Amino acid sequence: MENKYSKDYTTQELMVAAAAREINDGEVVFVGIGLPVLATLLAQRTHAPNLVMIYEAGVVGAKPARLALSIGDPTLFSGALMALDFHDVFAMFLQRGLCDVSFMSGAQIDKYGNINATVIGDYNKPKVRLPGSGGAYDLGTSKKMLIIARHEKRRFVEKVDFITTVGYLSGRDSRQKAGIKGGGPSAVITNLGILRFEKESKEMYLETYHPGVTVQQVKDNTSWNLKISPRIFETKPPTQEEVMLLRNELDPNGIFLK
Amino acid sequence: MRRDNKIVTTEEAIKKFVLNGDTVFLGGFAHLYPYAFVHEMIRQKKENLTLCKHSPELMADMMIGAGVLRKLIFGWFGNPGVGSSHCFRRAVEKEIPQALEIEEYTHFALTTRLKAASMGLPFLPTRSIIGSDLAKYNPNIKFMDCPFSDEKLCVVPAIHPDVAFINVQRADAFGNSQIWGAIGDIREGAFASKKVIVSAEEIVSTEVIRRDPNRTVIPGFLVDVVVEEPWGSHPSYAMGYYDRDNDFYIDYGSRTRTVEGFEEYLNEWIYGVDNRREYIRKLGAEKLLKLKPKSFMSFAVDYGYYP
Repeated sequence: MENKYSKDYTTQELMVAAAAREINDGEVVFVGIGLPVLATLLAQRTHAPNLVMIYEAGVVGAKPARLALSIGDPTLFSGALMALDFHDVFAMFLQRGLCDVSFMSGAQIDKYGNINATVIGDYNKPKVRLPGSGGAYDLGTSKKMLIIARHEKRRFVEKVDFITTVGYLSGRDSRQKAGIKGGGPSAVITNLGILRFEKESKEMYLETYHPGVTVQQVKDNTSWNLKISPRIFETKPPTQEEVMLLRNELDPNGIFLK
Repeated sequence: MRRDNKIVTTEEAIKKFVLNGDTVFLGGFAHLYPYAFVHEMIRQKKENLTLCKHSPELMADMMIGAGVLRKLIFGWFGNPGVGSSHCFRRAVEKEIPQALEIEEYTHFALTTRLKAASMGLPFLPTRSIIGSDLAKYNPNIKFMDCPFSDEKLCVVPAIHPDVAFINVQRADAFGNSQIWGAIGDIREGAFASKKVIVSAEEIVSTEVIRRDPNRTVIPGFLVDVVVEEPWGSHPSYAMGYYDRDNDFYIDYGSRTRTVEGFEEYLNEWIYGVDNRREYIRKLGAEKLLKLKPKSFMSFAVDYGYYP
């Protein structure tokens, strides 16, 4: 029963389930706020009971008693395995290479998975001033970076106005050559489909489209000529168990799942 | 060690230790933000300050809107869990109420600057920032070849703020300060700064500190003065004392969308009260009770007694 795909689910629930499937059991996950929290909790409740949650505020092995509303929420600390200095999280966990998975989003994402969370327009005369990197740059040095974003033309741009978090820079081995650690982006999960990066060129391509979405729709919402996988298929919907867990236990008040 | 009692009021601490033009550090990450000190700096109309804070959230947004800040050294600026910081955006996008100079890092790199200063070093290397566009706009970010390998590293210089403001859960009258939960950048910031001003949710006896030295983050001899300021971090939180006031963050976010809305807010919550005690009274008992968590005690450890 629990492996049956659900017929009743929202796009957000599908995105959360898809993100959860990217996490393997035992992995160290650097969690943010919103859908990534739900994806991590869902993975923990299903196939990855031994994952370890790390939060930027300085907590390792969080066991939150409620849904955290911000990354510094006190519920992340009560009952956690370890509390540490802010600098140590970055130096001894991210820089040391101990984080397997991180979640990312941004106002602009380009075809090599570089992310802009700093400014739209010119840095010195910005059209829109965004919050900036914070921890985002360093989260981008985990082994696999998962990007979750709304699929819109103004967000999926050929070249970002500002590189806040490095994806594959200008493609091929340019990330590695620049001396940047970590594996780079591994999947981009949007409301329309799941995208990945070509092995050699590191250019983003469409791997799956969600049920009810057409390939043309994804192309129309991407501002460069998006490559499509020759083996493209439909995204697997969430299972009945996943939907039940999300609705009844993980976000029963609909704080993140609207 | 100096043995004199260092207790003063918040008003006295700000009057004496913040000079116009100073570089100010505010301790904490989401937790223990020193809001009582920030409000008092605004009330005393301090000017031309530079703020060094990786995640300044509403503290700096209020300081920018009130015209207290000339320059901001930071890593991330938003209303956490809510959205944009409107005064910050107005200053950077439209120079309202005045232009704001910004010097931008990642959280890691800015904390590394404090770490270098706290260790008495002129700079420290980090793997942060490499490949991003941050270095293009910040001459304090440089790169070097590792002298032992062929790796390229980012280097950032030490920063020594003039004065650090730190809120802690408990301190004694001499400034020996203890915290638990998120430690944030409190240790680096205190050790990097020229002066250290502490406020505490509770002043306790030195015996309490001495019974649990692992919890001490700042030794009293580094601290200039101490203030007892319950609820000193509201609307952020103090672990075990009160929760983050999320409604307050949401309300700030919606009310400060316009300059007029921000002025109203300022008049109500900062200029409209004389000190933190009045601010707490204005919050009201119902709100305070709502923010109090249920108890979740740790088990005491045995340090042993070795006469």
